Amino acid sequence: MSTTEEELTEQELAETGVDPDQIEPKHAESNYAAFIANTNEGEQLLKPRSETTADELLREVGSVLRMSEAEAAQLGDLPDDPEEDQTMILNMGPAHPSTHGVLRLMLELQGEEVLRCKPVIGYLHTGMEKTGETLTYMQGGTNVTRMDYLSPLANELAFSMAVERLLGITDEIPERAVWIRMLMAELNRMSSHLLFMATNGMDLGAVSMMIYGWREREEVLRFFQEVSGLRMNHNYIRPGGVAADLPPGWRDGVLRLLELIPPRLDEYDILLTGQPIFRDRLQGVGVITPNEALALSASGAVLRSTGVEWDLRRDQPYGRYDELEFDVIVGSYGDAFDRFAIRLAEIRESMKIVRQILDKMPEGNTRIQDKKVTPPPRARIDESMEALIHHFKIFTEGFKVPEGEVYEAIEGPRGELGCYIASDGGPNPYRIHMRDPSFAHVQCIPHMMRGGLIADAVAVISSVDPVLGGVDR
Amino acid sequence: MISVLAVEIPYWGQSLLRVLGGLVAVLLPAGAIVYLFLFKMMSFMQSRLGPMEAGPYGSMQLLAEVGKWLQKEDISPDNVDKTVFKLAPVVVLLSTFLLIVVVPFGPEAVFADLDAGVFYFLAVGSVSVLGILMAGWASANKYSLLGGLRAAGQLIAYELPMVLATLGVVIQAESMNLNRIVEVQNTEAIFGFEWLGNPFVITQFLGFLIFMIAVQAELTQPPFDMPIAESELVSGYMTEYSGFRFLMFFIAEFATAGVFAFIAATLFLGGWGVPFEWFGWDNLDDVSWWMNIVGPLILFTKMLALVFVIMWVRFTYPRFREDQLQTFAWKFLIPLSLANIAVTAILKVAV
Repeated sequence: MSTTEEELTEQELAETGVDPDQIEPKHAESNYAAFIANTNEGEQLLKPRSETTADELLREVGSVLRMSEAEAAQLGDLPDDPEEDQTMILNMGPAHPSTHGVLRLMLELQGEEVLRCKPVIGYLHTGMEKTGETLTYMQGGTNVTRMDYLSPLANELAFSMAVERLLGITDEIPERAVWIRMLMAELNRMSSHLLFMATNGMDLGAVSMMIYGWREREEVLRFFQEVSGLRMNHNYIRPGGVAADLPPGWRDGVLRLLELIPPRLDEYDILLTGQPIFRDRLQGVGVITPNEALALSASGAVLRSTGVEWDLRRDQPYGRYDELEFDVIVGSYGDAFDRFAIRLAEIRESMKIVRQILDKMPEGNTRIQDKKVTPPPRARIDESMEALIHHFKIFTEGFKVPEGEVYEAIEGPRGELGCYIASDGGPNPYRIHMRDPSFAHVQCIPHMMRGGLIADAVAVISSVDPVLGGVDR
Repeated sequence: MISVLAVEIPYWGQSLLRVLGGLVAVLLPAGAIVYLFLFKMMSFMQSRLGPMEAGPYGSMQLLAEVGKWLQKEDISPDNVDKTVFKLAPVVVLLSTFLLIVVVPFGPEAVFADLDAGVFYFLAVGSVSVLGILMAGWASANKYSLLGGLRAAGQLIAYELPMVLATLGVVIQAESMNLNRIVEVQNTEAIFGFEWLGNPFVITQFLGFLIFMIAVQAELTQPPFDMPIAESELVSGYMTEYSGFRFLMFFIAEFATAGVFAFIAATLFLGGWGVPFEWFGWDNLDDVSWWMNIVGPLILFTKMLALVFVIMWVRFTYPRFREDQLQTFAWKFLIPLSLANIAVTAILKVAV
C-alpha cells in the first residue's frame, strides 16, 4: 500500500468522523477471508496446530477440557511439526448424517485418532428467546415448545411453572391438571428416549433400529395427537393448567401404550443391549468423570452415567412426584454404554410412573379458575359482560405478571430443563431464558471425544443426544 | 453353451455371446438382489412395505431408479484429479466382470474354464481395492480419503482369511478348477451316503463361515462397512460421486455380492450341480446337456440363499470400529483358518 493511498484513506476517515484505530487493518488475503475472520463463525474455527501457539491451545482446549497448564503445554508439544503435516483438521457438520441436526464439530485428527475437538453452534439460532419477549405469557407456550423440539411438553411445563411462580398461583393449580402434566411429561420422556434408541442404533450402523425406534415413538405421538391435536409443538401445558381435559378414552390409549412398548423394549435388548458388537462399540467410549460432568454442568443421563444420583424429580420434587414410587437410574462408568442403558431403563421407569398416575388421576378442573389467567369458556361470553371483558383483555393485551424474576427447573428427558423469566410487571416477559441441557452437554463433547477414533466421535455425539433446537434456541 | 446348440458359431459370434452372457450374469443378480433384498426384504424387516408404486409390488422401481441416476448431472468437483476420478468406478465395476469369468454355470456353460480358477478369482477379487483407493484419493475430500484408506486396510486384512478358507476346499477337492470342485462335491459321498453328494459346506463348515465373513467384509457390507460408514464418513469414497458414476459403484457393490455368492455356492454348496447320483451320472462328461440350462437356475437359487444371509446380517448388526475389525481379522479369523487348513490337510492325508 503506497503512502498516498494510506493518507487518502485516513483523510477520508477523518471526514466521516470514524476513528481510524477502530477499523481493523485490511486483511492481506482476499476480501472473503477478511470477512470470515471477522465473523463469529471464523472466530470459532479450529486452527491447525502449526498456526496455534501454546497459549491459544491452552485457552482453546485446556479451558474446555479443564486441563492444568502443564497438561496443555504437553498437548502443544505433541506433533508440533509444521513441515510435516501430521494432523488433519476435519470439519464435521453442520450438514453431516450423524451430527443430529446442525451441530458442527471441528476435529483435529492424527490418522483416525481425534486429538482436539471444537463444537461450533449457532446454525439453528432463530432468536426464540428474543421473540419470547414480544409474546404475551399466553402466547409464550407456542414459542418455548419449539426450542427442544423432541421434548415440547417438558419445555411447556418449565415455562408454565415459571410463569405460575411469578403469578404466585403455584399451589392453586387444580390437582387434575398437575397429574395430567406429569402424565404427559413422562410420556414425552418415553418418546424422546425412544428416538434416542433409534438414532443411537443408526449412528452405530444398525440401520433397522432406526425404524424400530421411530415406530414406537410414533405410537406415543399418536396419543399426544389424540390429546392435544398435534404430534409435536403442542402448547398443551399452559400457565394455569392444561389447555383441555384429556379426551374420552384416554385411559385406553395409555394402557395400549403400556402394553405395546415393553415387548418392543425387550426386542431392543436383543438387538442392541446384548449385542457384542454394540457393546464393544460403546463400552469405555466417551468416558467422563463425575467431577468433570459436574464442572461442565451436565445433568440428566450424562451426569447420572457417572454415578452421581441427581434427578430433579426426586431431589427437588415438583408436581406430585414426591407421591410416586420410582427409581433414579445411575451408571457407574460414565461411558456411552451407560448413557444408553440409563435411557433404556428410564423408559421402563417412566412406564412405571405412568401406571401409578393412571391409578391416582383425580377428577376435577384442568385449569385454574382465576379469570385473570384463564380465558372464560366461549358460552360465558354471550352471557356475561365481565367474561367478555376478560376474554378481550387476555387475548389482546394478555394478563399482567407481577415484577420479579424466577427460575424453575424440571427434569426434562435430556436433563435439567430450566426456565428463567424476568418480569417488569407487564404482559410480556422482560427477558426469558431457557436453560437447555443440550447446550451444557455439547460442551462435554470435546471432553469425551479426546483420544478416541472417528467412530467413537460419532458414538459420543449420539450418546450425548443433543437437540440443536434447544442448543441454539 | 455353445456346442449345445449343435451349430458351429464363428469366433466373433462366440465372443459376442460371451459378452452378452457376462452382462446378464452380472446385471441380473445385481437387479434381483437390489429389488428382493435391498428394497423388499429390508422393508419387511423394518415393518414397512418398500416401493409399491412402480409396477406390481414396485417391481419396476429399479428401472425408475436407474433412469433417475442416468438423468443426473455428472458432477466432478473443482479440485479432483479428473482422470483418476472418472476412471475409479470403471475399475471397480471391471473387477466384478473379471470375477464372473471363472464362475461355472453348467458343465460347459463357463466363460473361461481355467485350471487355476480359484487362484484367478482370489487375484482379481482385490482389483476393486484399486478402484476404491483411486476414488478416495482423487476425490480431494477428507472423508473420501479416510474411506479409501479404510477400504484398503480392510480388504487387505480380509483377503487373507478368504484365501485361507478357500485353501481348505482346494485341499479337499485336489483341484483349483472350479468345475472340478463342483464335480467332486457332486460325485463323492459323505459317510458312505451318496444321495447328498458331498457339499463342502458340511466338511468345511468352519471354512464356509470364515469365507462368508470375509465375503461380508470384502463387499464392505455392515457390520464391516467402515469404508462407507454413512454415519461417520458420509459416504466414504463415494461421497463426491453423483449420477451414473455413483450408479456404477452401486451396481458394482451388489453385482459383486452376487458374484461372490456364486463363488461361495460353487465352492461350498455344490455349485450348479445336483448330486450326480440322482441321474446316474458318473463324472462331468456324463452330465446331460440340459444341465447347461438348469444349472444356472440352480446356481442362481443358491446364490440368492447366500445373499439372503449376507443381507440379513447387513440389516441387523451395528458396525465394527476400525481397530476392532482389524483385531477380528488378524487375531481371530486368520489363526482359525490356519487351524482349519492344518486339520483339513491332516485328515486328507490320514483318511
